[in-house]
Amino acid sequence: MTGQLTRWICGLFGLILLAAPARAESPELDGDKPAQNFVIGYLRRAENRTAISRLSLPAENDGQAGAESGLDDNNVAGEFLGQKFSLAAHRLKPGEDPGQALADLEAKGARFVLADLPAEALLKAADSPAGAKTLLFNIGAADEILREESCRANVIHVAPSRAMLADGLTQYLLWKQWRKLLVVVGSHDQDRLWAEALKRSATRFGGKIIEERMFADAGGARRADSGVALVQKQIPAFTQNAPAYDVMLAADESAVFAEYLPYRTWDARPVAGSAGLVPTSWDPAYEQAGATQLQQRFERKFLRHMTALDMNGWTAARMIGDAAAHDAAGDTSAARAYFLSKDFALAAFKGQKLTLRDWNLQLRQPILLSDGRNVVSVSPQEGFMHQFSELDTLGLDRPETKCRLK
Amino acid sequence: MPFEMSRCAFVLALLAAGPAFATDAFVSNEKGNTISVIDVESMMLKKTIPVGQRPRGLVVTPDQKTVFVALGDIDRIAAIDTQTLAVSGEFDAGRDPERLDISPDGKTLYVTNEDSNTLTFFNLETKERLGGARLGVEPEGLAVSPDGKTIVATTETTNMAHFVDAERRKILANVLVDARPRMAAFTPDGKEVWVSTEIGGTICIIDAETRKIVERIRFEIPGLRAENIQPIGVNMSRDGKLAFISLGPANRIAAVDVKSRKVLKYLLVGQRVWHAALTPDDKFLLTANGISNDVSVIDVSALKVVRSIQVGESPWELVIPGPSKP
Repeated sequence: MTGQLTRWICGLFGLILLAAPARAESPELDGDKPAQNFVIGYLRRAENRTAISRLSLPAENDGQAGAESGLDDNNVAGEFLGQKFSLAAHRLKPGEDPGQALADLEAKGARFVLADLPAEALLKAADSPAGAKTLLFNIGAADEILREESCRANVIHVAPSRAMLADGLTQYLLWKQWRKLLVVVGSHDQDRLWAEALKRSATRFGGKIIEERMFADAGGARRADSGVALVQKQIPAFTQNAPAYDVMLAADESAVFAEYLPYRTWDARPVAGSAGLVPTSWDPAYEQAGATQLQQRFERKFLRHMTALDMNGWTAARMIGDAAAHDAAGDTSAARAYFLSKDFALAAFKGQKLTLRDWNLQLRQPILLSDGRNVVSVSPQEGFMHQFSELDTLGLDRPETKCRLK
Repeated sequence: MPFEMSRCAFVLALLAAGPAFATDAFVSNEKGNTISVIDVESMMLKKTIPVGQRPRGLVVTPDQKTVFVALGDIDRIAAIDTQTLAVSGEFDAGRDPERLDISPDGKTLYVTNEDSNTLTFFNLETKERLGGARLGVEPEGLAVSPDGKTIVATTETTNMAHFVDAERRKILANVLVDARPRMAAFTPDGKEVWVSTEIGGTICIIDAETRKIVERIRFEIPGLRAENIQPIGVNMSRDGKLAFISLGPANRIAAVDVKSRKVLKYLLVGQRVWHAALTPDDKFLLTANGISNDVSVIDVSALKVVRSIQVGESPWELVIPGPSKP
């Protein structure tokens, strides 16, 4: 442990030393175009995200650091194109009206706003008067309803939906021939939605839910000193007497119990979903498709690892930068049209281009499966075919959608 | 492996094509931290030279006596003597050197530093850093015009081909290309620059004078996902008639007729083909296949894969020195 700590501290110093960039001659601009300035808004939820492991506690700038990193990349391109990008960030106070907060960002010139908001607040912002003048990028809400019944023409979804995450995971479990699934669901609304997505996915791809159990949040202290001993007794009891199953699927977005499951279940079975093998849009261990470059760039600047929320922020910022580079960020409707055109192809270290689903403005993307130390696999899995794009085997497809964009 | 042929058949193919020059091919093995040396006459692995961590970019000096290797993880460049096949020197290269090229007079080495957005110029005699040109995010591909006056460098995340004045070390133009440009190559007449775009899936052909994209080549392979067709390496025959495009995870080389821009044939090679090199007589193309850890040999006149040679772990680039010119 001491050795690890020493390595980490040395690494930290190394990062700081490397952080001073070798300045070279400054680039020259193309032509004499007047400089364009883009203010990108960033609207954050009031609530703090929770976690069981202290390693998963979000940093104060979780998400926003990713957006800033994306703007840095935009600004390097901007030096050649005569474009400047800056961030106007606002964190909601409890009870604050998201529409008013959006109006304040809009008054600062933000036409493109990254939103890390719960579903309800996101819809309030989108439906507000300021919402009509802005294009929102949902980076923090996985809710299906935002992409389906309550989809909005001014909200682009960069974050993958619960159905996409569930499909990415289930494809892999079925490729492993782990068909018999035991679902454990938390007692909060978002846990139930996550469990529904996992169950829908299992049915879709031919898995079998053999039982479902509910873990009630009794409000126990998460990491109290006596907690570990209690959990060690509690989890085996909770998971015993189950019919034969291959994998335990934990639906616990509220971070109440899932990370207590591995190594404590009654039967020796792997855990997936909210703990164990977790589907995500990014993982700090991911190094394929040139991702190491982005990871290192991020770590040098922020002295911490890059999270999925950071990556969603980076991706949204790069989408805006890409639109600007293609002269399509003058107004929100031009940008939206560009994202929906065949010219839009975002490179985001996922090994293939990311594009936008025209029926609900969801970004198509591969899903990474992380065990917390490494990326175990990237879905879609081989063999899951689609007539248009294999990425559309992840999440609700065009024929299934309930979204009617106006 | 369908492209494997028996040794006997290979020798027959060699006889039909005429012998290659007595030279060696140098292959950088990104994860093996070695350089594999292949005897080009026999197409047999001849030697494995240990170098520093993450060797990728390679370049041969105009006198053909030295191969320089970029060592990305230790920020250095190593020199390999093409006669003794041993490391003859090493110097600091700035952060994360990826690709290398050299001025036609052999005096200046150009390096893309992927991690610091820079094209760095080194005096090859003194190994001194002369200066740099600031580029976009993640510089990668490098090409020098036949007259030596212009360098083209691509940046993977900024999606640009930067034209740089070799003498003043200043950017002349920035051409926006398709997503994730990897490699640039001049046609031998210097009139065009071909840029491969890995995620865009295209070759963007840029007029070297107007610095505008004049045409795009797209690739289509029946039975293969479009997303898996990712152009990376670009190699032109010395007569300027043929271009060979490595298509990465499509495991194929596209042979393209330069004049008509038409794909003549897709050749199945090893897995995840990165870069390639032609023998000095242009009779064979050798490809570095990153996942199958081998080199495929293509008979250029027959457009056929005639052999594969096992090399080190994760082969990335290849160079083949020619007969030295006085």
